[in-house]
Amino acid sequence: MERRRSFPDVLAGGIFVLIGGAFVVGALGYELGTPLRMGPGAFPLLVGVAVAALGLAIVIKGLIAGEVASFGPIPWRAVVVIVLAILFFGFTIRGLGFVPTSAITALLTTLASSRVRLLTAVAVAAGLTVASTLIFVVGLQLRIPLWGPWLGF
Amino acid sequence: MELLNNLVLGFSTALLVENVLYCFVGVLLGTAVGVLPGIGPTATVAMLLPITFSFEPVTALIMLAGIYYGAQYGGSTTAILINLPGESSAAVTALDGHEMARQGRAGAALAVAAIGSFIAGTVATVALAVAAPPLARVALQFGPADYFSLVLLGLIVSITLARGSALKALAMIALGVLLGTVGQDIYTGTPRFVFEQRELYGGINFVSLAVGMFGVAEILRNLENEQNRATVISKVTNLWPTREDRRRTVGPILRGTGLGSALGVLPGGGHVLASFTSYAVEKRISKRQQEFGHGAIEGVAGPESANNAAAQTSFIPLLTLGLPAHPVMALMVGAFIVHGITPGPNVITDEPALFWGLIASMWIGNVLLVLLNLPLIGLWVRMLRIPYQVLFPMIILFAAIGTYSVGFNAYDVYAIAFFGILGYVLIKCGCEPAPLLLGFVLGPLLEENLRRALIISRGDPSVFLTRPISAVLLTLTVAALVVAVLPTIRKRREVVFAEED
Repeated sequence: MERRRSFPDVLAGGIFVLIGGAFVVGALGYELGTPLRMGPGAFPLLVGVAVAALGLAIVIKGLIAGEVASFGPIPWRAVVVIVLAILFFGFTIRGLGFVPTSAITALLTTLASSRVRLLTAVAVAAGLTVASTLIFVVGLQLRIPLWGPWLGF
Repeated sequence: MELLNNLVLGFSTALLVENVLYCFVGVLLGTAVGVLPGIGPTATVAMLLPITFSFEPVTALIMLAGIYYGAQYGGSTTAILINLPGESSAAVTALDGHEMARQGRAGAALAVAAIGSFIAGTVATVALAVAAPPLARVALQFGPADYFSLVLLGLIVSITLARGSALKALAMIALGVLLGTVGQDIYTGTPRFVFEQRELYGGINFVSLAVGMFGVAEILRNLENEQNRATVISKVTNLWPTREDRRRTVGPILRGTGLGSALGVLPGGGHVLASFTSYAVEKRISKRQQEFGHGAIEGVAGPESANNAAAQTSFIPLLTLGLPAHPVMALMVGAFIVHGITPGPNVITDEPALFWGLIASMWIGNVLLVLLNLPLIGLWVRMLRIPYQVLFPMIILFAAIGTYSVGFNAYDVYAIAFFGILGYVLIKCGCEPAPLLLGFVLGPLLEENLRRALIISRGDPSVFLTRPISAVLLTLTVAALVVAVLPTIRKRREVVFAEED
């Protein structure tokens, strides 16, 4: 095997070290207890150390003999738009109600594709709103008001 | 006789109108997501899970199970017709199946795949019915120390079967276990890693985690380079295989069924391994080796039977030990728990109607799948024309609504975005999400049994080695770990998986 450095491997390892480390620090703030009566902090501490150690091993291996050669393209537009759409849904579902929130979330989401045309986007959003209202509210009796208090209902 | 009585109970439960209906809905949806590339059974089950909370437990599980094995059927349809396996286990079907389609024998390939799957599903369902009760009785003897070792074994075995780096898979499992510790501690009630947020006291919602890691991350990957889908769809004519075809497929179907039934029990994607192994076996023992890769019907019959048999028997560890063998099973553990049933050896005695009803429904589901897949093949082919621009907004919207409806908690929705991004980055770095989900579901079980075992042994950790069951399981765990990291075996594993390309 040829020796090569792999950025994705190092990144993956780094994420494990970071999350594992954060949990270790957090776990130290809880009672550790004794082996007989383990406290709430003991198990997360153990696993957190394991995650961080494995992450470190992945980083080292990535520096010597990496596996994933390149990261590939990142669809930045899709990442931003989809995250925004999901956050929007969570933030407004209570206030705006089911119909407006679903419609705007669906419309936002369609924009994630770089090949979207406005007319298709509106048609897809409208169709999905009708479909999800029929499925979830009419069919499955989901207890979410169709129109929310922010709209004066 | 007892088995017969149990099966009568099972069928009387599964044949209730409501259960047949939802079994049909399940296999229909399963076939649909199996056909459609870009959405898999895990994301679908995660999205639909919240909806099933209002159902009877047995109805909910029948439908979710139907989605899982229905997807195995649907995946092979696209593999044969457009050389695009909808499911990873159908990848090897594409080798000879698509070649047959190009020679104008798509009908025969589809028919053999469906008939093979049906025979395999029937045999494996019987195997499940026969093997589960004795296994459950053994599992009842398990103490906390044994359970701890068993869960550990399950987690480690799942990495030996996963593709890619064993080190990364191991890290993903541990990360999943770690994420499972968020929320109130079961023994002391101390809230852990909740950042003073009441909404996090119940822990991270596993629907959010699954939908994010398997739904959103997958969509982002598909949007990396948008291109037109292959629209060259082979015409399907003459479904009935010739006499020669039938003669040649009997052996592969039976061998595939046996292999699949055995390998399906292994945690972590046994059905993928089963179809690859079956293909390798058929190729080795065939007198017409040169035909493989150029439309050998054995190369369709064997793997298709194997993956469907494995899909059925992978319910054995779930129903007898409470140990999920596949991410979909992990989600079904959640479904059990929401309905107040702890999956494990007690299900069979406490909820016999549910246990046998679920098993019987699998056979009914297999009948429905044959009916759905052969006469209605044109419908599925037409579904492939749905543009992705319609599909992915639907997945995102349904995921958000479904997750929100679990607890009317906006944090669960935000968590989808978080895990979607985390999952996407980790997948791009070569880490598979399935081990993380298994770790997340099994983590709390691991901690609970570890602590309980230590309380019983008065803090003496040697209990894990002195109890014979636990000692054997731990030995197997170490062996599995060695196998996973040993380079020579890893190379052979890569060879098995490399045939996919």
